[in-house]
Order: sequence, then structure tokens, then C-alpha cells
Amino acid sequence: MNYLLRGIGVVTAVGVFSLLAFSLPSGDAHGDGGGNVLPRTTNKAWQQECASCHIAYSPAFLPKASWRRLMGGLDQHFGENASLDPATQADILRFLEANAADSGTSRMGSRVMQSMGANQAPLRITETRWFARKHDEVSKSVWTRKSIGSAANCAACHRQAEQGVFDEDTVRIPKQ
Amino acid sequence: MIKHLLYGGLAVLGMASAVAAADSPASLMAQYAQQAGVPVSGLSASRGAALYRTEHPGRDGQAVSCAGCHTANPAQAGRSRVGKRIEPLAPVANPQRFTDAAKVEKWFRRNCQDVLQRECSAQEKGDFIAWLSQAR
Ligand code: HEC
Ligand code: HEC
Ligand code: HEC
Repeated sequence: MNYLLRGIGVVTAVGVFSLLAFSLPSGDAHGDGGGNVLPRTTNKAWQQECASCHIAYSPAFLPKASWRRLMGGLDQHFGENASLDPATQADILRFLEANAADSGTSRMGSRVMQSMGANQAPLRITETRWFARKHDEVSKSVWTRKSIGSAANCAACHRQAEQGVFDEDTVRIPKQ
Repeated sequence: MIKHLLYGGLAVLGMASAVAAADSPASLMAQYAQQAGVPVSGLSASRGAALYRTEHPGRDGQAVSCAGCHTANPAQAGRSRVGKRIEPLAPVANPQRFTDAAKVEKWFRRNCQDVLQRECSAQEKGDFIAWLSQAR
């Protein structure tokens, strides 16, 4: 009986420990794989909570100040309610800040920052000057095509956007 | 002795989390019915269907409804406002639905706020699952 209890205790302790580990700030960035392929950054809560309605936009697309603003207003997130419990929200924000455009962890981020004013904190990637420049060949009418709907729908054209790949070879603009 | 108490406590914790992970459409219906103070038989699939389909004026004047994102047929995949695929909401087409109470509560809170501009009642949540559970 003692052994049984102890067995259960150990199993649960491991369970509780791994739960704790998940709720601690986590996140890793390895290598930059060239300019248009993002470093493989991961964080469990971010992946789980920020990829239900759209792809999980890489932290490297916006500066820290932007992420702070965005995470402070999740209950009114571009007209939708994306609110989270405070612990998850704080965990995700730490991850976003650690890998933000101005964190010096990726080449993509440095490029985004080149055309960003010092006090700018845009809420949208699609409103940054960097984004406009990269997409100056895409005409206005294309963004609203039925299968695209919004410039924020990166994956409609960047077929491997979910994997953080944005190079020329993987772009295909849908015809309608 | 203290050790045993500690292990025992952890074991209970472990069982509690095991129970929480094992939600099902039926167990959630029972929970919502209890919260609403009605028997499970007091949940109504047809009221659930109405909740799913009824259009409400949205913030920007456009009509919004649960069906708007989850499509008219909940056994089919839907689409978010940004264009991302949403797996079907009906358990018959997607057995992962209504198996995690915390996830269910989170999305009821958000989506009811967005569509109805208020939270859904326990009765409405129970009706909603009752309807989806019998969708084929
Ligand atoms: C309930 C759905 C939902 C969830 C959950 C959600 N978002 Fe969004 N997000 C949206 C919508 C809707 C837009 C607006 C897209 C558009 O205009 O086409 C958006 C836009 C964005 C944009 C701006 C995209 C652009 O135009 O450049 C960012 C950045 C963003 N979300 C980050 C996040 C982060 C970080 C999380 C996780 C904490 C998150 N989102 C969770 C629905 C959601
Ligand atoms: C309508 C289709 C479309 C959508 C939607 C779109 N893009 Fe693009 N994107 C393009 C095209 C076309 C190019 C130019 C490719 C080229 O010729 O280098 C491009 C280029 C890029 C580049 C630069 C690649 C390079 O080779 O320099 C990045 C990074 C990028 N997009 C990110 C994004 C992100 C992030 C989003 C979503 C917030 C997005 N795009 C949405 C079509 C799109
Ligand atoms: C703007 C789009 C949108 C609208 C409108 C919408 N939903 Fe959802 N709903 C989502 C998304 C996105 C998810 C989560 C994605 C996923 O889990 O695949 C979701 C998930 C859910 C879930 C989680 C179920 C589970 O167990 O996984 C419930 C419950 C739900 N919605 C109920 C509703 C109700 C009730 C309404 C109407 C009052 C509604 N939704 C309207 C987008 C929407």
C-alpha cells in the first residue's frame, strides 16, 4: 500500500512538475536560417493561444512596445475577444518581448526595425512601413480577393507561413 | 507520516486533474444543466440550434452569428475572420470537441461576447451542446 501510494505520488509529482514547467516562461530561438526564414521560436502557450484565428505571427515582426500594447488589449483585439487568464498572458508577453523585432535575435527583426521610428508601436504588422515595402507589388484589389480576405492572412499567399518560411519560392497569390 | 500525507495529497491532486481532462459532451451538459438548476432533459436542442443560427447586429453593422464562422452545418469546417480553417464544431465530425471544460468555457466567453455582446447563460451553453451532440 505504501509503495502504491508512493508510486502514485511520484507519478503525480512528475505531472505537477511538468505542468509547472509549461507555465514557466519558456521559449527558444535557434539560428536564423537566412533572412526570409524565421528562427524556429516556440512557446507552448503562444502556439496554443495565438494560432486559433490566424497563424501565430512571429514575434520578430513587431517591436516589444507593440507587443506590450497588443497584449494589454486582448479583450478588444481587432474587434474580437481574445482574452486570456493573466498568467498565460504574462507568459506569452515574455516570449514575444524576448524575440521581438528589437530584441536582436533575428535578421528579419533587424530589417523590420530599419524602417521603424524610435517611438513607434504599431498594432499591426500589415501597417508597418517594412510590410508595405515588401508588398508594394501587390495591388490593393488583390488583398480583398475572396480566398485571401485580409493582408493579415499571410498563409493565403505564403504557403509555408505557419512554419515561418517567407521566401520567394513559397509565395503564390491565389487567383480569386 | 508527513511524507505519506504529502504523497496522498499529491495523488488526490493528480486524480483531480485526470478527472478534469476527461470531460465529454455529456458530462458538460450535466454540469451546465446543474448550474442552470434544470435536469439534463430540460436542455433543448432546438433552442441550441436557434442560438447557433440567429444573427445579431455586429459592431460594424454587419450581421454576426455562431454559424458565421462555424458555417451553417456544424459538421463542416468553418473559417475565422482572418481566413484560417476552423475544425468542425460537431463532435460527430470532430471528437476533440467538448472534451476540455476550460477550453469550452474560454471560447463560450469570447464568442458569446462577440456575437451577443454578453456572456451566455449556463442554460444556453447546455442547449448549445445538446444541439451539437445530435448533429449528424
Ligand atoms: C479570437 C480570435 C483571435 C485570437 C485568439 C487571436 N487573434 Fe490576433 N487577430 C484576430 C483578428 C480578427 C485580427 C484582425 C485581422 C484582420 O484585420 O484581418 C487579428 C490580428 C492580429 C495581429 C495584426 C495582424 C496584422 O494585420 O498585421 C496581430 C499582431 C495579432 N493578431 C496577434 C495575436 C496574438 C499575439 C494572439 C495571442 C495572444 C492573438 N493574436 C490571438 C483574431 C484573433
Ligand atoms: C496577397 C498575397 C500575400 C499576403 C496575404 C502576404 N504576402 Fe508577404 N509577400 C507576397 C509577395 C507577392 C511577396 C514578394 C515576393 C518576392 O517577390 O520576393 C511577399 C514578400 C514577403 C516577405 C519578403 C520575402 C523576401 O523575399 O524578401 C515577407 C517577410 C512577407 N511577405 C511576410 C508576410 C507576412 C508576415 C504576411 C502576413 C502578415 C504576408 N507577407 C502576407 C504576398 C503576400
Ligand atoms: C469570429 C469567428 C467565430 C464566431 C462568430 C464564433 N466562433 Fe466559436 N470558435 C471560433 C474559433 C476560432 C474557435 C477555436 C478554434 C478551434 O478550436 O478550432 C472557436 C471555438 C468554439 C468553441 C470551443 C469548442 C471546443 O470544445 O473546442 C465553442 C464552444 C464555440 N466556439 C462556441 C461558439 C458560439 C456559442 C458562438 C456564437 C455565440 C461562436 N462560437 C461563434 C470562432 C468563432
